[in-house]
Amino acid sequence: MSTLEFRNVVKDYRVRGGRGEKGRLRAVDDVSFTLEAGKTVALVGESGSGKSTIAKMLLQLERPTSGSIVLDGAVAPRHGEALRRYRSDVQMVFQDPFASLNPFHSIGHHLARPLLLHGKATRSTVDEKVRELLGRVQLGPAADVAARRPHELSGGQRQRVAIARALAPEPRILIADEPVSMLDVSIRLGVLNLLAELQRQEDLGVLYITHDLATARHFSDEILVMYKGQVVERGTPDDVILNPQHPYTQQLAEAAPDPEKRIAERRAARA
Amino acid sequence: MSTIDLGQLADPNSPTGDSGAGAGRKGLTRVFPHVTPKLWVGAGMIAAIALFGLVFPFVVQNPQAISDVGLSAPSGDHLLGTTQTGQDVFAQLAYATRGSLLIGVLVGVVAMALAIVFGVIGTYVGGFVDEAFSLFSNVVLVIPGLPLAIIVSSYVPQKGLVVIAFVIVITSWAASARVLRAITLSLRSRDYVAASRVSGEKTWRIVAVEILPNVLPVLASQFLFAVIFAILAEAGLSFLGLGVSGQFTWGSMLYFAQNGLALRLGAWWWFVPPGLMIALLGCALSLMNFAIDEIINPKLRDQTRAGVSRADRKRLARAEAAAGTTEGATA
Amino acid sequence: MSTVLTVEDFSVDYAVEHPVHAVKNVSFELARGEILGLAGESGCGKTTLAYGINRLLKSPAVITGGRVVFHDAEGADILLPELDDKALRAFRWDKLSMVFQGAMNALNPVTTIQAQLEDVFKTHRPYWKKADRVERAGKLLETVGVDRSRLKSYPHELSGGMRQRVMIAMALALGPQMMIMDEPTTALDVVVQREILREIKRLRDELGFAVIFITHDLPLLLEISDRIAVMRAGEIVEIGESTELYTNPQHEYTKKLLGSFPSLTGDRGAFIRSGVDETAGGDATRASSGHEQATSVATSTGGAA
Repeated sequence: MSTLEFRNVVKDYRVRGGRGEKGRLRAVDDVSFTLEAGKTVALVGESGSGKSTIAKMLLQLERPTSGSIVLDGAVAPRHGEALRRYRSDVQMVFQDPFASLNPFHSIGHHLARPLLLHGKATRSTVDEKVRELLGRVQLGPAADVAARRPHELSGGQRQRVAIARALAPEPRILIADEPVSMLDVSIRLGVLNLLAELQRQEDLGVLYITHDLATARHFSDEILVMYKGQVVERGTPDDVILNPQHPYTQQLAEAAPDPEKRIAERRAARA
Repeated sequence: MSTIDLGQLADPNSPTGDSGAGAGRKGLTRVFPHVTPKLWVGAGMIAAIALFGLVFPFVVQNPQAISDVGLSAPSGDHLLGTTQTGQDVFAQLAYATRGSLLIGVLVGVVAMALAIVFGVIGTYVGGFVDEAFSLFSNVVLVIPGLPLAIIVSSYVPQKGLVVIAFVIVITSWAASARVLRAITLSLRSRDYVAASRVSGEKTWRIVAVEILPNVLPVLASQFLFAVIFAILAEAGLSFLGLGVSGQFTWGSMLYFAQNGLALRLGAWWWFVPPGLMIALLGCALSLMNFAIDEIINPKLRDQTRAGVSRADRKRLARAEAAAGTTEGATA
Repeated sequence: MSTVLTVEDFSVDYAVEHPVHAVKNVSFELARGEILGLAGESGCGKTTLAYGINRLLKSPAVITGGRVVFHDAEGADILLPELDDKALRAFRWDKLSMVFQGAMNALNPVTTIQAQLEDVFKTHRPYWKKADRVERAGKLLETVGVDRSRLKSYPHELSGGMRQRVMIAMALALGPQMMIMDEPTTALDVVVQREILREIKRLRDELGFAVIFITHDLPLLLEISDRIAVMRAGEIVEIGESTELYTNPQHEYTKKLLGSFPSLTGDRGAFIRSGVDETAGGDATRASSGHEQATSVATSTGGAA
């Protein structure tokens, strides 16, 4: 059971202005939220809203300008052994299945490394554990897949490998950064359902970052709407989508294609 | 998009669009697709020259043995004739091949090692180290190569092979370092590198395991280029009398040929062979370089005639002919 | 004639080592002023079809059969595959224009918008004077909802949505009777996407051109198109009026595709958050598919994968 708190985090980037002046770009503006075991929080926003920056900070790829990230009561460490342990607890599934796997290495290698690094397997048990992982993300036959290279797999298969890799260190918090936006439409739900299933099995706290309001509605327990670095609205999915308070959220909800509404309108127009 | 990406087409026999692309082919064929004849021709030539330089010195006459038959044309006794002092040119050529190749390879290896340190490692580490290494590479790059080599060489008393190789290395690593730096900059921001960091990998491992393998094709191309440059540079130095002393190299043969007035006296068998060898090796290395370029950059492949194989062209022609008759029928 | 385009038995192959049948005997008609949505996932051949109609295919793609007939409003029927180069150039953009995928990045970064719009006129209406060209360019921009003052801007000074509008303006420049749009809104934010769609609809209502709108986003097509054609592995598996197709899909694949889009405002929990087994490995059997049908729940619109 783990809790990851994001407390009043601000992230500024230094920007060189057109005339050589130095400005500040506030990518994340005083954002707070909590990730709890067994619950999914959806972070919804368009490009430039700051959601990817939040993901990078949660993974210690970037440092907050101010504010803190607290895992189970302890401030997230920045180096050394403590950082390695943090990394085994907090993992990420990247957006682009084509870029998140090194084309040079086999699938087995991608999965074996985190297993060995975090002591979840020894050299003699690692092959078996790799096959186990592949089975959990429903990729088979495992021995065959482990020997292949990324370009021999389809986008959906690669994303499952990325999920397996994220699960290898047995994390407690999983960050999914637009995990299905680059996949074919008909396999998106399969991957999202897989994530949901794994969350249930492992009691993970999941942060689901997306721009797709519809999937956020169905796969999360809480939605945070982000606009220009700030959280403009938060609440349960039904509240946020069916009853949006903030004008930006209203705009988002209205702009998303809603076939049912459209059909109802057309029927009414014909009547 | 201006070209249609074949990789995006689904196998029509698969249930949905989401099928494994090219799963049937062996992994290696997909990583190195479409190896053109250039590669084999180039590799073959290099192998032949290397064999000549490695094996023949054991079977030829003593290249330094002087005899009475000065400046004689090729004959049964001396396959490529003799020098001014009656030394066997063919034997000299064999030893010279070995010497030049040694310098070429030595320079290539050391230059690449330096390029990796200053280009790849420095760039990945980032920050001040990156800036410093980059500045250093750029400064060395700007210094003209051959003149610098001449100056250093003229100060060095003992011109052994390794020393000359070192002199040439100083001037040849910087260009490669810049190229590798550009590639590393692009690789550094790839998702799979970030994924490795998130996994908790150590920096040195990330550089060795994630970045270097993807730098390999360009590194190979830069290595070949460095070898060509080294051999030419050595020939240049030798021709000026600043080259390796005590060992035969192609450049030193040319130097002695020049001193012995071979051109004026029409003793073509003395200077043509070493010159020809330099040209052949340069050609072979360039061919391999082009082939590697085509492997790295698939777009080049389609644009050269060799890229579209004969079989494909026939198939294309047949398809177009069939389309022509079909249209004729419905028109 | 009320039909502007007839495609009959159209086929395209890629003549490579193992020939790929990218488009297989596709037939459909496009009515004047109609918006036809062409839906399908990556690799289904929709882009190849669009390029084929416009004769933009490059080797190794080869048209292996079928007819494409453009019914010109000025009377003649034009057999597209038979146009020679000169006629093709006159035809393109004048009667049929195209908005490509990633069009926002197709603008020349070093010239102004005005110069690029003028370029279209210089090529196709060489007898126009400069003043006429500039005037028409300004009017075009206003038509797509961009202020005339933006003529002097460079592409990087415009937002993604504006650049897309400029591309649509360029496609409209010569008043074509038909446009092919390949994923014109995919890279845009949802809010901007909605505006662009509105714009396209409004322009169609005003100017009366027909549109083939290619995308993978099926709910989006319902918003904008009159009819929808679903494509898979080179074939059109279903084609029909959009509302009808949405509420009453006939083909299995259409149902599957529709089921991939969870409803925004419908019942929550329409997808039970349980694992759906999808053995995605190449030759692995879908052995446990019996198991997953039990756990995944059908949505209000169609069966899930």
